[in-house]
Amino acid sequence: MTAPSALGLLPPGATYASVTASVADPVLREQAGRRWWLVFVVGLVLTVVMLGSMFWLFYEGIGIFGNNTSVVWGYPIANYVWWIGIGNAGTLISCMLLLTRQKWRSSINRFAEAMTLFAAAIAGLFPILHLGRPMYFYWLVPYPNTMGTWPQWRSPLVWDFFAIASYIIFSIVFWYVGAIPDFATFRDRAKSRAGQLIYGALALGWRGSARHWVRYEAFYHTMAALGVPLVVSVHSVVGLDFAAGNMPGWQETIFPPYFVVGAMFSGFAMVVVLAAVTRSFLKVEALVSLHHFEAMAKILLAGSIVMGLSYATEAYQGWYAGDDVDRTFLAFQFHGAYAWLYWCQIAFNVFVPQLFWAPAIRRSIPALLVIAVLINVGMYLERILLIINTLSRGHLPAEWSLFAPTLWDWLLLGGSLGFFMLLFACFLRLVPAVSMHEVKQLVPAEAAA
Amino acid sequence: MAQIFRPGADTYARMVLLSIVLLPTLAIFLTYLVMRSSTVTGQDFVLHQWPPFSHAHHAGELGIGCRMCHNSVEKAASAGMPSTHVCMTCHSQIWTNAPMLAPVRESLADDKPLHWTRVNDLPDYVYFDHSVHVNNGVGCSTCHGPVDTMPLMRQAAPLTMGWCLDCHRSPEKFVRPTDKIYDFDWQPPADQEEKGKRLLVQYHIETSHLTDCSVCHR
Repeated sequence: MTAPSALGLLPPGATYASVTASVADPVLREQAGRRWWLVFVVGLVLTVVMLGSMFWLFYEGIGIFGNNTSVVWGYPIANYVWWIGIGNAGTLISCMLLLTRQKWRSSINRFAEAMTLFAAAIAGLFPILHLGRPMYFYWLVPYPNTMGTWPQWRSPLVWDFFAIASYIIFSIVFWYVGAIPDFATFRDRAKSRAGQLIYGALALGWRGSARHWVRYEAFYHTMAALGVPLVVSVHSVVGLDFAAGNMPGWQETIFPPYFVVGAMFSGFAMVVVLAAVTRSFLKVEALVSLHHFEAMAKILLAGSIVMGLSYATEAYQGWYAGDDVDRTFLAFQFHGAYAWLYWCQIAFNVFVPQLFWAPAIRRSIPALLVIAVLINVGMYLERILLIINTLSRGHLPAEWSLFAPTLWDWLLLGGSLGFFMLLFACFLRLVPAVSMHEVKQLVPAEAAA
Repeated sequence: MAQIFRPGADTYARMVLLSIVLLPTLAIFLTYLVMRSSTVTGQDFVLHQWPPFSHAHHAGELGIGCRMCHNSVEKAASAGMPSTHVCMTCHSQIWTNAPMLAPVRESLADDKPLHWTRVNDLPDYVYFDHSVHVNNGVGCSTCHGPVDTMPLMRQAAPLTMGWCLDCHRSPEKFVRPTDKIYDFDWQPPADQEEKGKRLLVQYHIETSHLTDCSVCHR
């Protein structure tokens, strides 16, 4: 392996111009390749599937899902929790790593933020889709209505609405502000009149003057400082959606931090997948290097250990509390109808990532991809089992019943994945996918090293 | 390098920035007004009726009591609409050939009830009960307004849930003594708050549960 430079985050001999060219040229100078079109078309087809399923859902009602009178939450809520978890890592990378001056973040933060934005937006759809009367979702908003009522402030669902809404608004603003200098670069390099106008409008008249940079840095760092508590709050509140209920397996004080770590874990796994995709589509292997993948693999490893600890704590608390209903739930989790899924979850989330102790695995893209996908599957299993394990074995044995997803559950989940692919494909061809101005800050340091 | 934008572009940019704030604010404000306007609530709308029955004439000028026609108001959820025979109690003797009353005579001859257009129409998921209101200090005019002055019936109140809750949250402002329920001239006295509170005790009105969902919705 050739050591490109002391920091190893940039290719040897990288200059400002070469960084700009490697990010901007694939978008502004080159045609989209066949692989991009494949992703775009598959994403488009699945998006149509998602819209079709949504239409059928609105027409026919929530009876099309596998939910029943005991398991009242099913895939829609699992999808919601999973997507919002994916949406957590972008802000983590952007804010926490910015504030702790982790230089390797600058190559991956832009598309991680885009991932956050798309995932949070898709997540926001599912609570609406799971409603019996989705047209009244806005009743969660405290507005001066003619009913003379306010939302139920004691309900975690209302907290949830505020958490998601502020998180999405924050993500949009943070992502956009971070991209303004790069939009200006695109404006200056765009060849078509339309490109100049659109990127010019998005750049908000950015000229790159010293005053611009001072204000930009102050604002961006302030936003980053705001983002850290938000990223923690949004998934804590998702945890409270469950923990505030009195069901076995839900009513646990560990839930908010456990959810936050789980979210970052699944989000980082998704970042690994998208980083591999982005670097091959944009041919920015030099900017998103193996050093980045190695850093992310270490975070995934740390995450898997915390997840293992959380699962163990959860099981221990359930046993130690000694309540019949908790122990029935635990027995069902370990030996019941969905136990094989639970053991898959433990294997994918806790044991498989232990392979990252080996440096060779941390630096192998195919291995990273496989493990990252397994983690995402494992985290989906965690979300769905959280719902169906508890609701299948509630307080009343007479109401015990099992859950089986229907075709529409699968179509909506698959469709949302396709919609994500479509949005990400559009992002890669329209927006500077790597934060050029932040990568360029590394150029002098690398040159000196 | 040639400039991409003309100087006027700044104005557009500022307008866009301003409208990001202004348009949603304006939209919310407009919705607020529209949802409270009589176009949506139906308040103060006078609906066409045939025959054009005048409460001003019957209840006001002639002094016929409410319960003469709405005879289940003290016993049932619905106040009750009069049968054709009730109309004919008088109109078989007076105004027997008035063209205005032709539908009433037809109704009697064909044995088909008169068709009235409902003025105070609540949604079907609201289980409003007239009897519980008139037996517990809520007078007709509190909701229906000065019916004795209305030539054709109009909806006096907005009938929104917020309007219902105005009273359900503080009924002491609206309750009246038992003998004033059908009195259209009754106005809240200066010491209504104090008298109202005593009336709540008298009617056994438990205010803490008056805004429970299941009081009106099932």
